[in-house]
Amino acid sequence: MTRTLSYREAMREAMHEALANDPRVFLMGEDVGRYGGTYAFSKGFLDEFGPERIRDTPLSELGFVGAGIGAALGGMRPIVEVMTVNFSLLALDQIVNTAAALRHMSGGQFSVPLVIRMTTGAGRQLAAQHSHSLEGWYAHIPGIKVLAPATIEDARGMLAPALADPDPVVIFEHAGLFNLEGELPDDWSADISSARVRRAGKDVVIITHGGSLPKALAAAETLAGEGIAAEVLDLRVLRPLDGAGIMAAVAKCRRAVVVDEGWKSGSLAAEVVARIMENAFYELDAPVVRVCSEEVPIPYAKHLEEAALPQAEKIVAAVKGLFA
Amino acid sequence: MTDHRAPPPPSGPVPWDKDFALRLLTDMLRIRRMEEKSAEMYGAGKIRGFLHLYIGEEATGVGALHALSPDDNIVATYREHGHALVRGMDMGAIMAEMYGKREGCAHGRGGSMHLFDAATRFYGGNAIVGGGLPLAVGLALAAKMRQEQRVTACFFGDGAVAEGAFHESLNLAALWRLPVLFCCENNLYGMGTAIERSESQTDLCLKAASYGMPALRADGMDIVAVHETTRQAVRTLRESAGPVFVEYQTYRFRAHSMFDAELYRQKAEIEEWKTRGPIHTFSARLKAEGKLTEEEFLALDAAADAEVAAAVAFAEAGSWEPVADLLKDVLTPAEGKP
Ligand SMILES: Cc1ncc(C[n+]2csc(CCOP(=O)(O)OP(=O)(O)O)c2C)c(N)n1
Ligand SMILES: [Mg+2]
Repeated sequence: MTRTLSYREAMREAMHEALANDPRVFLMGEDVGRYGGTYAFSKGFLDEFGPERIRDTPLSELGFVGAGIGAALGGMRPIVEVMTVNFSLLALDQIVNTAAALRHMSGGQFSVPLVIRMTTGAGRQLAAQHSHSLEGWYAHIPGIKVLAPATIEDARGMLAPALADPDPVVIFEHAGLFNLEGELPDDWSADISSARVRRAGKDVVIITHGGSLPKALAAAETLAGEGIAAEVLDLRVLRPLDGAGIMAAVAKCRRAVVVDEGWKSGSLAAEVVARIMENAFYELDAPVVRVCSEEVPIPYAKHLEEAALPQAEKIVAAVKGLFA
Repeated sequence: MTDHRAPPPPSGPVPWDKDFALRLLTDMLRIRRMEEKSAEMYGAGKIRGFLHLYIGEEATGVGALHALSPDDNIVATYREHGHALVRGMDMGAIMAEMYGKREGCAHGRGGSMHLFDAATRFYGGNAIVGGGLPLAVGLALAAKMRQEQRVTACFFGDGAVAEGAFHESLNLAALWRLPVLFCCENNLYGMGTAIERSESQTDLCLKAASYGMPALRADGMDIVAVHETTRQAVRTLRESAGPVFVEYQTYRFRAHSMFDAELYRQKAEIEEWKTRGPIHTFSARLKAEGKLTEEEFLALDAAADAEVAAAVAFAEAGSWEPVADLLKDVLTPAEGKP
């Protein structure tokens, strides 16, 4: 029986299930316990699972992310929550230099089964130190997997395979999605390897992830009214990218627009476009274009913030440009 | 200005039986001879990249590691050849790793700075200054949550004390009462920066104590002091079920790495510290107590040399990891799930 629930509830359920089923799993981060989670993802967990497993940390991103790596090495399955991707920069050393590198530099002796969750993205007028989308940076790093659940079922389903994965997995949760409500299908189990078509089409594929997915779907709806059948491909897994899934959609639709809330220069969108050039150039009927954030730290004022980000109208305009 | 003068030469009775004393002496000799040979092989172009020698500091690692048990976890730095060896890693696997050979502990992917050994719970080999401390906190957290009795010993230099990772880690370990033994090898320099040029407070024990953990200090040139202090630290740690900090005051006789022209310290300072060298001062004390003869010393030294020769032969005879396997071990293969 399908149920309606929010992205937040779906993620909360996923964590609850993991904590209830596996004594090795614990949640650690700033204000995950008494406060109930910065975004209320772990409300009530402290009472149910106790302070050992719902572990409030001091403001020490480097320290507690590194401790998560050590705990994973020591036999636990930590879920480390970092409030936002902006703050994760204080822990970047541990993620890149230790978690991602350890297995390789130890010649395969030590894997790091760690899950790091963090909020990403803009749209809430939080300005330039709380709004960035840096998941593309993480997707640059060999040795970690990078996920971006953008639907209710992925919020519910992606955590379990991430925890079962023997290597570090970083999950980006776009703040704009938390209140999203939707139906959870009976089978919400998820893989962490493939892109998924969220709306089928044939004239153009809009390739996106995370908080831009609802915008892409809205754009596709508008385009349908104008006679353009846009397919929407949700990348879901930003590293490793599902090259086959991307190329299949491009080969089918022959036109592609890549939408990414990261800045255009050096973005994940740039990587997707480059791969299309390498692998599907001759399938294309038009140049691939990108809709990304403007090259500016995210501003506070609502109209400026909106202008800085990808929006459904911009996506519609970009698609129409391919048919002009 | 911090005192850079060497402490008085180690002296006084050695409170150990002959057997134990000679085991520690042997380990110091094994490190010394292995590293002298490594430097030679660096000159010969067999070993490349960074090579950080521990020569002069052997009493610290040997004395401390012999106070720990095989169940304990070890986290170390890029100056870790000695720790890896004393912990029980095969000298051949270490030498082969420095050669970049397939037979090395990481199949040539780590090199001198990244020695790892799962069998002896040796978690590397971390070349980010301070990078090992948060890891040690997590290993100790896991041990505590899993109700395992092990201690996690984390070695780092005086330079690491200025890193945020040091402060975050000591705070977390003390706050959560975790069994971490913080082993600070204070050799007075981080590369070319003397401690008083990098620390506003050069009393490192004072810093550690401010986090609410016991902080002990030992003469790192005196293996008796190192070992006895570490034993006491481990005892305190096991009783109090919280972290303990130990500062070992030591000195590196060689350059920071093979690229260092040593412009930042006086020859006389190095020479003075060399007179406190941990191997000859300890040997002299053992001889004075009748626990060591010159013949025995020469035999131990010859055995260390032979082990080194065998390790070099092993590394020389080793093979190169096939380039086809370049991407191996970036992620865990499905069958190798931990
Ligand atoms: C985060 C970081 N910064 C700088 C370096 C370069 N570096 C390598 S060793 C070193 C000195 C460290 O000194 P210390 O911690 O006292 O250890 P020692 O080398 O004396 O054993 C420096 C600056 C590094 N590896 N990592
Ligand atoms: Mg130093």
